[in-house]
Amino acid sequence: MPAIQSPAPEVVHPDVALVARAKQGDTAAFEQLVRQYERQIFRVAHHITQNREDAEDITQDAFFKAYEKLDQFQGNSKFSTWLVRIAVNESLMRLRKRKTSKTVSMDEDVQTEDGSIPRDFAEWRPNPEQLYGQSELGGILRKTIQGLPPGFRTVFTLRDVENLSTEETAEALGLSVPAVKSRLLRARLQLRERLSRYFRQTTEGAKP
Amino acid sequence: MTCTEFLSKLDDYFDGHMDADLITEVRAHVKKCTHCEVVLDTTSKTIAIYRQNEVYEFPDELRERLHTAIMMRCSKPSA
Repeated sequence: MPAIQSPAPEVVHPDVALVARAKQGDTAAFEQLVRQYERQIFRVAHHITQNREDAEDITQDAFFKAYEKLDQFQGNSKFSTWLVRIAVNESLMRLRKRKTSKTVSMDEDVQTEDGSIPRDFAEWRPNPEQLYGQSELGGILRKTIQGLPPGFRTVFTLRDVENLSTEETAEALGLSVPAVKSRLLRARLQLRERLSRYFRQTTEGAKP
Repeated sequence: MTCTEFLSKLDDYFDGHMDADLITEVRAHVKKCTHCEVVLDTTSKTIAIYRQNEVYEFPDELRERLHTAIMMRCSKPSA
C-alpha cells in the first residue's frame, strides 16, 4: 500500500496573525507592524523623493492609509509589499506635485540614450570603503542615486536596497516582470558607471 | 558568449536565476574578457555598497517622533 504523504505544512508569515488582530481593532498588533516597517517605509520614501521632510510625511501617510484600508488587504500578497506599494504611490504623487522631474510615472518609458552600455572599464581598487570615510561615502552614494531617473531609482531601491523579489517589486510598482528586469539592469549599470567616477583606480592612487 | 549576450544575462546571474550551464558560460566569458570581468565585479560592488550602507540615516529620535505621530493618527476615531 502506498504511503500517504501529508503535504508539507505551509509556512505562515508572522505578519498574517498581526494583520488579523489589527483588523479586529487590536492597536498593539498594528503598532507592532509599524515598528517592523517604519524604517523600511521611510527609506523607500527618502530614496524616491530625495527629501527628508517628504519622506517623514509619506511614512506617516502610508501607515495611516494602511490602517484605514486594512479591511481591503486581502492577504494575496505580503503585508510589507502592500505597504511598500502604498508608500511608493504616495512618493510618486509627491514627486508629481513637486514637478521637479519629468519622469515620475512608473509606466513612462524610462529608456535613456546608451545608459546601459558600459564605457568605464576601470577596476575599483582599493575598495571604496578603504578609499573614503563613512560620511564621505554616504554623500557619494546619495549624490549618485539622486542622479538616476525616478523610475530607475525606485526599482533599484526596492530590488537591491530593500531586497524585494522581482515579482514583489513588479506588484508594488504595478509593472510587468520584464519591465522591472529591464529597468533594474539599466539602473544597476548606470549607477555603476556613475560611481566609477569616484571609485575607479587611478594611476597616481589619488582620489578623483 | 558575446559581450552583449553577457550583459543581457547579468541580472539573472546576480539574482541566481540561471541554470548551471549558463553560469558556466558566463564564467568562461568573464575569464577571457577583461572588460566584462570589470563590469561584473564593479556592478556587484555597486549593489553591495548600497545594500550595506545606510544611505539615509534614521536616528532614534526621528523614529520615535514618527512612530508617536503615526500611532496618534491611527488611534483617533475616524470622522
